[in-house]
Amino acid sequence: MTETPPDDALSDAPAADPTVLDDHEVVFDVNDLDVYYGSFRAVEKVDLDVREHEITAFIGPSGCGKTTVLRCFNRMNDLIETARVEGEILYHGVNLYDDAVSPVEVRRRIGMVFQKPNPFPKSIYDNIAYGPRITGMKDGLDDVVEKALRRAALWDEVKDRLDESALGMSGGQQQRLCIARAIATEPEVLLMDEPCSALDPIATARIEDLMQEIKSLYTIVIVTHNMQQAARVSDRTAFFTVDVNPDSDFRTGKLVEFDQTETMFSNPSDERTENYVTGRFG
Amino acid sequence: MAITTRLATGPDRAIEITRAITGRGTDPKGAIFRALLQIALLISVLLLIVLLVDQVTKGWDVLSTRFGAFFQGTLRSRPDDPTIGIAQGLVGSFWIAIFTAGFAFPTGIAAAIYLEEYATQSRFTKFIDINIRNLAGVPSVVYGILGLSVIVNTFGLRQGAGGTLMAGGLTLAILVLPIVIITAAEAIRAVPDSLREAGYGVGATRWEVVRHHVLPYAAPGIITGTILSLARALGEAAPLILIGAVSGRLASDPSYLDVGQLTERFTAMPIVITTWAGRPETEFRTLTAAAIVVLLLVVLLCNLTAILLRNRFEKKRGS
Repeated sequence: MTETPPDDALSDAPAADPTVLDDHEVVFDVNDLDVYYGSFRAVEKVDLDVREHEITAFIGPSGCGKTTVLRCFNRMNDLIETARVEGEILYHGVNLYDDAVSPVEVRRRIGMVFQKPNPFPKSIYDNIAYGPRITGMKDGLDDVVEKALRRAALWDEVKDRLDESALGMSGGQQQRLCIARAIATEPEVLLMDEPCSALDPIATARIEDLMQEIKSLYTIVIVTHNMQQAARVSDRTAFFTVDVNPDSDFRTGKLVEFDQTETMFSNPSDERTENYVTGRFG
Repeated sequence: MAITTRLATGPDRAIEITRAITGRGTDPKGAIFRALLQIALLISVLLLIVLLVDQVTKGWDVLSTRFGAFFQGTLRSRPDDPTIGIAQGLVGSFWIAIFTAGFAFPTGIAAAIYLEEYATQSRFTKFIDINIRNLAGVPSVVYGILGLSVIVNTFGLRQGAGGTLMAGGLTLAILVLPIVIITAAEAIRAVPDSLREAGYGVGATRWEVVRHHVLPYAAPGIITGTILSLARALGEAAPLILIGAVSGRLASDPSYLDVGQLTERFTAMPIVITTWAGRPETEFRTLTAAAIVVLLLVVLLCNLTAILLRNRFEKKRGS
């Protein structure tokens, strides 16, 4: 599981049962999404659905906008001043970019794990307790911390050193801590932006196992550079590509194909998807 | 390929490889560069040591024989007056430091937080940023003129012929304000975005991200910068001369506790030093040197505090 031969993607794909998958409720309904940075269109016309208790993977070459789209799901792009979104992302039917929507509340329900582990320079305990604390929680923090660490499969490793700085942990532990931190606010969705790109294969395998374990509790969207990872962990896969405008050198990301992972890797309908998943480019 | 190489390793090969990888033991250009760097460092350290030794030697008569009296004495016109000393200058500088810290630190740090964390990046904010950098380079005499015309004359912070201690403190606070803003802004800019994202990611508001993550992380840098700017304010004479710090006799009774002095006329350490240095009597040279040593010690103490605080906060930050 830890070392994946590059040509063995198909056999690792989860045995998805299509009829069951389609019963899952839609959490995010993305319609005609364009994202701009200033006047430059970074992503155009994205249409996809993210369903409950599934793992949805975004794959594609660098610069194809998969991270940009992911960061729209919890309004993280708001932090980039020039970023602008057109089209809609319906979260249980509510447009996330409606004026009345508060990004702070959105992020409490839609947690995020970043590419590089980014624990706070605080103790392990305080890292987990931070989210609940800022929502005003004072009692029962110990239980919340333990529960989150257990879910993130980290409890046994750190239960005796909760007061120690999180910065002293290994990279893989730090990333699981970040997952635990995201879980502690009891979100419905976990967004993961290449969570394993800074980790070794063993730590990667632990995170992947963890994702399978917590999938029944959360809805997960993961961006990954690693096709095998998408094949291994996800139920649905969105393949993005990038169009380079020869005149301006602007690169615009596009959604090529979105389907159940099994279909994407065994019988893609678009030639570009096939070329990518068979390793012919990217 | 790798295997065949290993198999072929015999005595001849070992000699060949030894020669190849031990060829250039010396690096003359590198050695010269390193020596130049060391000389540069030596020059700066030596200059400081020479200055200190020179002043301590010159002022030793005063420092060794009447140390206590020198600290308690006041400005006198005759150098052999047993009550001559720097008390008024120290008290003036003390209150100027308090005023600078109380006014320039909060204002400057707040401005820096706004510029870095709240203001949208536009041509206007860039313009402001450039202007603050220019202000930090404006000669201190110009701030003296500003203090005289605006603070002393327009706001009326004066008593008789010259500005009050408050006017002096305010002028120096304005003088160091741009430096405080720049150093604080640099420290805030050095906070990694990943930390902000971590905060926003769990649903923190902008205020919470700034208060809980950005400021604690930037604290060592902010504190160092601000304390160093305080040392700068303590050493400035020119603006104080312009707003009318007293250089002759000053009737006030110096006290570190009396806030009432803020509305009185004042003097400060750099003023005492420039005044004494300009006097013809040879005894004043000794007094000047002794006063310089005291001022240097105060400034060094400031810097030491800055370093200690920095270490403490960095430890707290855990990096």
